[in-house]
Amino acid sequence: MTITEDAPGHVGSRRLRKEDPALLTGEAKFIDDLALPGAIWVGMVRSTEAHANIVGIDGSAALAIDGVNEVLSGEDLAPLWGEGALPCAWPVTPDMKNPAHLPVARGTAKYVGDAVAVVLADSRYAAADGAAAVVVDYEPLPAVVEIEDAVADGAPLVHADLDSNECYTWGLWGDNAPAIDAAFAEAAHVVSERYLQQRLIPAPMEPRGCAAVPSPAGGELTLYSATQIPHILKVMTAVVLGIPENKLRVVAPSVGGGFGCKLNVYAEEILCSALAMQRGAPVRWTEGRAEAAVSTIQGRGQVQHIELAADADGKVTAVRVKLLADMGAYLQLVTPGVPLLGGFLYHGCYDIPNYMFECTSVFTNRTPTDAYRGAGRPEATYAVERAMDSLAVSVGVSPEEIRARNFIGADAFPYTSAAGLIFDSGDYQTVLDKAVALADVDGRRSDQAQRRASGSSKRIGVGFSSYVEMCGLAPSRVLASLDYGAGGWEAATVRISPTCKVQVVTGSTPHGQGHETCWSMIVADQLGVDPDDVEVLHSDTAVSPTGLDTYGSRSLAVGGTAVYMATEKVIDKARAIAAHQLEASEDDLEFSGGVFRVRGTPEAEVPLAGIAFAAFTAHDLPDGMEPNLEAHVTYDPPNFTFPNGTHIAVVEVDTDTGDVDLIDYVAVDDCGVQINPLVVEGQVHGGILQGAAQALYEDAVYNSDGQLVSANLGDYLVPSAAEAPRFRLDSHVTPSPTNPMGVKGVGEAGTIAAAPAVINAVVDALRDLGVTDVDMPASPQTVWRAIADAQGGAS
Amino acid sequence: MTAVTLTVNGTERSLEVEPRTLLVHALRDDLGLTGTNVGCDSSSCGACTVLVDGQSAKSCTMFAVQANDADITTIEGVADADGTLHPMQQAFHEHHALQCGYCTPGMVMAAISLVEEYPGLDEGGVRHGLEGNLCRCTGYQNIVDAVLAAAGSGGD
Ligand code: FES
Ligand code: FES
Repeated sequence: MTITEDAPGHVGSRRLRKEDPALLTGEAKFIDDLALPGAIWVGMVRSTEAHANIVGIDGSAALAIDGVNEVLSGEDLAPLWGEGALPCAWPVTPDMKNPAHLPVARGTAKYVGDAVAVVLADSRYAAADGAAAVVVDYEPLPAVVEIEDAVADGAPLVHADLDSNECYTWGLWGDNAPAIDAAFAEAAHVVSERYLQQRLIPAPMEPRGCAAVPSPAGGELTLYSATQIPHILKVMTAVVLGIPENKLRVVAPSVGGGFGCKLNVYAEEILCSALAMQRGAPVRWTEGRAEAAVSTIQGRGQVQHIELAADADGKVTAVRVKLLADMGAYLQLVTPGVPLLGGFLYHGCYDIPNYMFECTSVFTNRTPTDAYRGAGRPEATYAVERAMDSLAVSVGVSPEEIRARNFIGADAFPYTSAAGLIFDSGDYQTVLDKAVALADVDGRRSDQAQRRASGSSKRIGVGFSSYVEMCGLAPSRVLASLDYGAGGWEAATVRISPTCKVQVVTGSTPHGQGHETCWSMIVADQLGVDPDDVEVLHSDTAVSPTGLDTYGSRSLAVGGTAVYMATEKVIDKARAIAAHQLEASEDDLEFSGGVFRVRGTPEAEVPLAGIAFAAFTAHDLPDGMEPNLEAHVTYDPPNFTFPNGTHIAVVEVDTDTGDVDLIDYVAVDDCGVQINPLVVEGQVHGGILQGAAQALYEDAVYNSDGQLVSANLGDYLVPSAAEAPRFRLDSHVTPSPTNPMGVKGVGEAGTIAAAPAVINAVVDALRDLGVTDVDMPASPQTVWRAIADAQGGAS
Repeated sequence: MTAVTLTVNGTERSLEVEPRTLLVHALRDDLGLTGTNVGCDSSSCGACTVLVDGQSAKSCTMFAVQANDADITTIEGVADADGTLHPMQQAFHEHHALQCGYCTPGMVMAAISLVEEYPGLDEGGVRHGLEGNLCRCTGYQNIVDAVLAAAGSGGD
């Protein structure tokens, strides 16, 4: 045991991660690493048509393959789940359309990738061969591929039993409509823009996979899955399949990244679970990469209309947003809620009195969309930050000046936004000033001017993005008001063993974020123990039965706070025991460095280790006290947290080729108090590159038949080290008053900020050529065409 | 089935595989060496990188039979027997060059081979040298710094 004398102060240090050794040596076990002798391998037969009636399924060629044992259609599988459909937990309006999304389609396939049959085989190879050999006879139906086509007159219907392709319309404007109209009528400047959010493929490096293992004697089932949400998955699997929840255990082994796409309940998880129960044997499936592109949810997919009204000085008086959002063919777990998460933030970090947001969501014959890193907030930030740059041009001031004129002031917190949120803390101007200095904006601008003057084909552009996001999902009552089907709390248990080792059980579910390291640091500081003496257990519902998992940058602000509070509760109990042992009043005790001392009587002290052992033996505890040092807390946050920041991208654009080179990237973020800056920076780096990749490279391209033409990593351009810039980071800390540690969250910040910074930079580089907008991704072809169009238009 | 003999991490192993078995699956499924990961089906991601006769290779692009009689090193074989990490692994740890860790075994193997083959690489060289290995978590900066540090410290 290690009890340090002084408060060690691990929080705030760049402590190396305890997760690393197992991952660095290959010891960590991911889903496909599990050895399950005798397992049935599942191969999924997926629709090659965007919309078609399934006329026949011929498994004879598949069954002729050695090791292929069965070919099952959606009808064959019907007894396993009846009408049980994959769950959508967020019915955002009472009249939202939610067509039943069966794990394996019956009758009609509605997108390329829709599961239409299943092959059961003895091996991974036989399952793949078998799936490829199944012949499905399709009768093609007209498909709706693009968002705006879905709402066009006479559009084919994705779901024949609905009278349109509209899923829901959700709005946020209260009784504000007259004031908004007045603001636009009186505005000196009006900006009206249309932006496209292309569909993105999340592409964590580990594809999905699952394995269901029954224990026939006990009627129990263990579902292993590469998931972000073992707790939610457990409840949902129990409900869909009617398995008693007490007979179901869900385990997320090491998970190779998620970014939101593993925040779901998927057909294969339900299928493997149901088959394993039926067959009394392990059933497993591992996703292929090209398969993942169509069978795992995609992100974004919106057409955005944003209007700003501003007075003569560029002070924005109203923002009005209309969104068309692509749900895909069906609703997955939180598909309909994603646009709403952005819907509160289209005014950005600006003090704008009048706000209107309306979203119409539509079905298309494409893979369902759902949460992808940032989920709604990158889209909102993109729209408002692009529009603010347009406003700056209209007013004739710099991007930093238009932002300064509109920022919510540092003295305005807590700030009630026009959309009804209460922002916790921030100092947006200081953050922007730091970023401007770090990026040497003046130097870049003079370089830009020189190159323009000399007619260089290598243009420089400087792009700003100031953002605020809502994190720490979420106060349960707020979720109730948004018709979300669950709460937003998180649970933690802290136990101190007889030998004073600490066990933390968290309901958060890490997949790369470093929870074990960070939770250990928090608890170690509180208890005065070494972080290596703190073990953090998670991701297995048998070990951590209560939790709501990891998404929405909630782990630290909600899950970490629960851990902190549980530790405080343990300390309170230890204090009572210490007072009993020292025959002192609890109020006279101080606790630091793992030792209770009577104030003013330094020799009267007892270490936590002594109390832990006393709590275990229970020989001499205060009357009525239960033995052992253990506490459980379920923390329901009173508010969201609001991380914020300013990012500045510098690009060099080759006007001859359209090639964009990201030559500098500066980020100054306020994610509240940082537990481990090393981990924070890692999150920011990865997040920025994912956002920059939307701006420059990534695009789930569908042709007019609804075929995804960028399904593998050769066509879908996940950036490599060669494309990635060097990031230069700084931070600013305004502690959140919402939770005791003052933390906010950082998992999505980079992704939320980066895309508009990069596109604003590209447009800035080309503005003197007449370019006012460039669609994402700003590929060489797109940029070249934007220049050519602008030049053509000018001549 | 075809007989194949491989020397894997210094130990000779004999196995019977279907001729079309990929090296990565022979390592993972037949030999139980699951440290080498699979991230794609188009030779694009590098998660499966191992050393074949000292040179980095994507083990999903080779049949096991093609590696007959070869000397294979996987991520399980680079740390010392006493558990001391290889300097490249240690550098990844110290620079926080991994998050989820799924790309990491392949990235470490590619990096070991890169700095051995091209001593004295600068940042641009490392970035281009690792182009075939994708990471979705880190944004690469800490990976690049780790590789440069390992190269500079003589960590082969
Ligand atoms: S698994 Fe992707 S390159 Fe081998
Ligand atoms: S650390 Fe997750 S993919 Fe590289």
